[in-house]
Amino acid sequence: MQKFLSDAVEFFPILLQGVWLTIVVTIGSLALSTVLGLFWALMRVSGIGVLAGLSAGLINVIRGIPIIVLLFYLYFVMPDFGVALTALQASILGLGIAYSAYQSENFRAGIEAIDKGQIEAAQTIGMGWWLTMRRVVLPQAVKIVLPPYGNIMIMLLKDSSQASTITVAELALQGKLIASSTFKNTSVFTLVALMYLTMSIPLILLVRHFEKKANRK
Amino acid sequence: MIELVDVHKSFGKVEVLKGISASVAKSEVVCIIGPSGSGKSTILRCINGLESYDRGDIRIENARVDRNARSIVSIRTQVSMVFQRFNLFPHRTALENVIEGPLYVKKEPPAEARERGRALLAQVGLADKADVHPPQLSGGQQQRVAIARALAMQPKAILFDEPTSALDPELVGDVLSVMRKLADDGMTMVVVTHEMAFAKDVADRVLFIDGGVIVEQGPAKSVLNQPQHARTQDFLRRVLHPL
Repeated sequence: MQKFLSDAVEFFPILLQGVWLTIVVTIGSLALSTVLGLFWALMRVSGIGVLAGLSAGLINVIRGIPIIVLLFYLYFVMPDFGVALTALQASILGLGIAYSAYQSENFRAGIEAIDKGQIEAAQTIGMGWWLTMRRVVLPQAVKIVLPPYGNIMIMLLKDSSQASTITVAELALQGKLIASSTFKNTSVFTLVALMYLTMSIPLILLVRHFEKKANRK
Repeated sequence: MIELVDVHKSFGKVEVLKGISASVAKSEVVCIIGPSGSGKSTILRCINGLESYDRGDIRIENARVDRNARSIVSIRTQVSMVFQRFNLFPHRTALENVIEGPLYVKKEPPAEARERGRALLAQVGLADKADVHPPQLSGGQQQRVAIARALAMQPKAILFDEPTSALDPELVGDVLSVMRKLADDGMTMVVVTHEMAFAKDVADRVLFIDGGVIVEQGPAKSVLNQPQHARTQDFLRRVLHPL
C-alpha cells in the first residue's frame, strides 16, 4: 500500500496529461456522434424511403465494423487517399462515427415512442414536418432518450482508450508507457483504472438522475 | 364550404369509405353518427388530410384536399380538428398549447398571440388554467383547451372526432356547452359523435353512416326522431335504449 501511494504520487501528474486527452477525445466524439446520430435518426423517420434506407444501411455498416478497425482506417488508410488526419482528429472522427450508430438507434426509439396523436395534432394546426419535430416530437423525446444517452457517455469515455491504438497519448496509453518503462504494472494500471472510475462516477450519477426524472413523469 | 364527392378509401383490402358524397355549408353544424368501424372518423381525417383518399374529390372552398400537396398546410390552418383523446402537447402549458399554432405557424407577434390565447381560454371557461400543464387538468378541461387551440387558428370550420367519448360522464356537459356556444356563434362544424341529445339540439343536419356509405341524411330532428331506414332505426334503438 505504502509502495502504491508513493508510486501514485510519482505517476499521477503524468497520467493527468492523459486524462486531459481522454476528456478531449470523449467530449469531441460525444458531440460528433450526437449530431451525426440525430441526423441519421431524422433521416430514418423522415418518411422518405430513400433517406430512411440510406440511414439504415449506413448504420449497419458502421455497427458492423470494429471501432479499432475504423480508427486504423482513418489514421493509416486515409492518407493514401490524400486525407491526412492527426491522431487526435482521427480518433474523435472514428469514435464519433462509430458511436453515431448507437446514438441514432437511441434517438429513433425516442422519436418513435412519441404518441402518433401528438404528430397529428401538430399537423392539424398547420405544422410541417420540421416544425413538428422541433416543437412537438424532439422536446418530448429528450426525456425518453436521456437515460440511455448517459449510458452511451459512459461507454464512450471507456472506449476513448481505443484512441491509444493510433498513438493518442490519452490515459490508457500514458499508463502503458509508464508501465513498460518502470515495470510497475500493478501500481500504474490500478491507478489508471481508478482514474477511469473517478471520471465515470459523475456520469453514473447523472444517468441515475435522468432515470429518476424520467420515471417521475 | 366543405364538399365531398364520391370519396373512396381503403385500408389494405378493407374498403372503409365506399363513395361518400356530402357537403357542409358555411355556419352549418353537421353531426355524423353511426356504429363504430363505419368510417365516421376516417371521413374527418380525410377532410383535413390526416389520411389520403383513393378516389373522389374533397374540396374546401374549392381548394382540393391532397395530403401530399403543399397546399395541405394552408387547408389545415383553415379547418382545425379536435380529437377524441385531446392530443394536447403535455410539455407545454394550456396557454402555450393554444398559442403554438399562432406563434409558430402563423407567426403572430407573441404579445398579441398571448392576449388572444388568454381570451380563448376564458371563452372555454379556463381563464385560471393558463399556466397549468395538461396532465394536471381533467379530461373535460383538456378537451376545452384543445378546442381553444383549434379556435386559435381562426379556422373556417372545426372537425370534432368523438370529442366527448374519452370523458367521464359528468365532464361531458362542459365540453358540449362550449361546442353549443360555438355553433350559436356561427362556426361551421362537423361532429362525429355518439351524443344523440347534442345532435338533436345543435346539429342542422345528421348523416347516418354504416358500412362506409351514407345510409340516411337529413335535418337532425327528422333523422333522429323518424328514421326512415331500417339500419338507422336499429342503430338509434340500440344507442338510445341499450338495455
